[in-house]
Amino acid sequence: MSDSIIEMKNIQKHFGSVIALAGVSVDVKPGECHCLLGDNGAGKSTFIKTMSGVHKPTSGEIFFEGKPMKFDNPRDAMEAGIATVHQHLAMIPLMSVSRNFFMGNEPVKKVMGMNFLDQKKADEITMTEMRKMGINLRGPDQAVGTLSGGERQTVAIARAVHFGAKILILDEPTSALGVRQTANVLSTVHKVREQGIGVVFITHNVRHALAVGDRFTVLNRGQTLGTAKRGEIEYDELHDMMAGGEELAKLVPEMGKAAQ
Amino acid sequence: MTGSTKAGASDERIKEQSFVRKALIRPELGGIVGAIAVFTFFLLTAFDSGMFSAPGVMNWSMVSAQFMIIAVGACLLMIAGEFDLSVGSMIGFAGMMIAIFTITLGWPVWMAIVVTFAMCIAIGAVNGWIVVRTGLPSFIVTLAFLFILRGFTIFFPQLLERKTIIGGISDAAEGDWLAAIFGGKIGGSFFQMLGDAGIIGVFERGNRIGEPVVDGIPMLVVWALALVVFGHILLTRTRFGNWIFASGGDAEAARNSGVPVNKVKVLMFMFTAFCATVFATCQVMEFGSAGADRGLLKEFEAIIAVVIGGALLTGGYGSVIGAALGALIFGVVQQGLFFAGVESSLFRVFLGAILLGAVILNTYIRRLITGER
Repeated sequence: MSDSIIEMKNIQKHFGSVIALAGVSVDVKPGECHCLLGDNGAGKSTFIKTMSGVHKPTSGEIFFEGKPMKFDNPRDAMEAGIATVHQHLAMIPLMSVSRNFFMGNEPVKKVMGMNFLDQKKADEITMTEMRKMGINLRGPDQAVGTLSGGERQTVAIARAVHFGAKILILDEPTSALGVRQTANVLSTVHKVREQGIGVVFITHNVRHALAVGDRFTVLNRGQTLGTAKRGEIEYDELHDMMAGGEELAKLVPEMGKAAQ
Repeated sequence: MTGSTKAGASDERIKEQSFVRKALIRPELGGIVGAIAVFTFFLLTAFDSGMFSAPGVMNWSMVSAQFMIIAVGACLLMIAGEFDLSVGSMIGFAGMMIAIFTITLGWPVWMAIVVTFAMCIAIGAVNGWIVVRTGLPSFIVTLAFLFILRGFTIFFPQLLERKTIIGGISDAAEGDWLAAIFGGKIGGSFFQMLGDAGIIGVFERGNRIGEPVVDGIPMLVVWALALVVFGHILLTRTRFGNWIFASGGDAEAARNSGVPVNKVKVLMFMFTAFCATVFATCQVMEFGSAGADRGLLKEFEAIIAVVIGGALLTGGYGSVIGAALGALIFGVVQQGLFFAGVESSLFRVFLGAILLGAVILNTYIRRLITGER
C-alpha cells in the first residue's frame, strides 16, 4: 500500500466520553476518488477533520507519502497538500471570481520596491483554470454571487488544485445542488482525478458516489463497515450498509402494515 | 433561451451584459451621478454668487477636503465590515490633547502632535481589539467610545484651564516644522504668478495689496487628496486591499482562506483614528484653538459620505473614490446653499434625503451584482 498519498490506520478519536471514531482506516491513492459514505453522525466529518489537521487523533497513525505524519493544525495539512472544500464554501459573493480565487494567496509584483497586487496575472490564471474545469466566465471580474452553487463548488475546487493540492477533500459537495449542477461537480471531480490528485468524496448520496467513485468506504457509528472497489458492490448493498440494513429491513414491513 | 449567442468561447447560458448594466455595478456610480447633478444645479442657480470664483472654489474645496479625510478612514473600515461612531469624539479629543500638551504643559507643538497621534491610534486599536475579541457589534463598542472620549474632551480642559476652549496655539505653532505640515499652504508662488498674470483676483487695497486672493493650497486639501490616493491604491491594488474586501464580505470564509481578518480589522480601526487625528490637527492649526464641541456629528457625516459613495453598510463592497465624491457632494452642497442664499438648516434635510436615496440605490445595485432577486 506504499503507493498511497495518504494512509490513515486505525484512527480513533474520542471527545471526552464520546467515541466519535473507533478505529477507522482509509487510504487514498493518486488519481483515485475514494468515497466516504455514511449517515449523519457516522463520523464522516470527524474523520475528514482529522485528515485535514483540525482534530488530532486520540490514537492511530497517519502516513503521508509513506512517512509518518502529525498535523498540529489545518495550516500544516494545507502546506502538505491536503485541501478541503467545505460544504459552506470559503467564497465571498460580492467579490469577483479572480479575487476570490486568490484570496489569501494573492500574486504580487514589485513596482518601485513596493508590492502591488498582480491583477492581470490573477485574472489570466483564473480564466485558464476555470476553462480547464469547463466553466466559461463572463470575465474574471464577474462576482461569485452571480454563479450557481455548482459553479461555486467548481471555483473552490479549481482553486485548491491550482494551489498544489495532492489530496482534495470534498465535504458533501453535492448535498445542496440540483441535478444538472451535481452533474457538473461530478465531472469536475473526474477532471481533478485525471490530474493525479487523490479525491476524498464525502456524501450520503449513494448514486453520486457510484457515479465517480473508484473505492467506497462506509462508516457507521464511528467504524468502518468495509471498503469495496468499483464494480464489486451494488447500489442496494451500499445503501443498506449505510443506513444500517437491519433497521431498514425492520421498517419496511412495518410501513407495509401501516399502509394497509 | 437567452438570445444573443456569439460565436466562439461564449457560453449560451450567459447573457450579454449591456454597457449600462456594467457601469451600474461600479460602486462609484452614485457618487459620479450625484456630483454631476450637484455641480449642474449650482452652476445654474448660483453661478453669479461667487461660488465658482477662486476664493469660492477654495471655500467649498476646504469643506469637502475635511469630509474627505474622515470619509477615507470610514470607507476602508466599512468595507472591512465595521463602523466607527467615535470619529467625531476622536476629532474633539485629539484637538484638545494637542491644545493641552502645547498650552498647559508647554510642550513644543511637534511633540504634542506626535504624542496625540500615538494616543489616538492606540485608542483606535483598543476599539478594534475589543470588537474582534468580544465579537460585539462595532456599533455598540464605538458608541461607548463616542461618549467616553467626548466626556474626557470636556473634562480635561475644565479641570486644567477652567474653560472648554483652549486658544493661543497659533503663536506656539509659529515656525514649528510639523505644524506647518498640517496648517500651512503650498504653491504660494504659483498663485502669486496667477495673480500677477490676472488669472485670479488680487487684493486691491489693505495691507495685503497685490497678493492673490487665494495664496496657496491649504495642507488640509493636500492631506485629503493624498489620503484618497493612498486609500484607493491600498484597496484596489494591493493584497491587503483584497483582505479588506474579504474581511468585510464574509469574515469566516476569509479566515478559512488564510486571511488574517482580526489584524485587518484592528488596523482599519487604527487607520480611521489616524484620519480623525489628521482632521483634528488641521482644524486646530487653522483655528489656532481647540474646543470641546469640535467634531460633533462628524462620524455620521463620514458614514453618509461613504454610503453616497456606493459602499454597503454591511461591508465587503465600496470604493474610496466613491467616498471622496460623496464628501465632495457634501462640501459643495453645504457651501453652495450658503452661496445661493438658502437657509443653511435645509442642508440637514438634504443630507437625510440623499442618504435614503443612496442606500436604496445601493441595495438595488447589490442585488444586481449578486444576482439575488
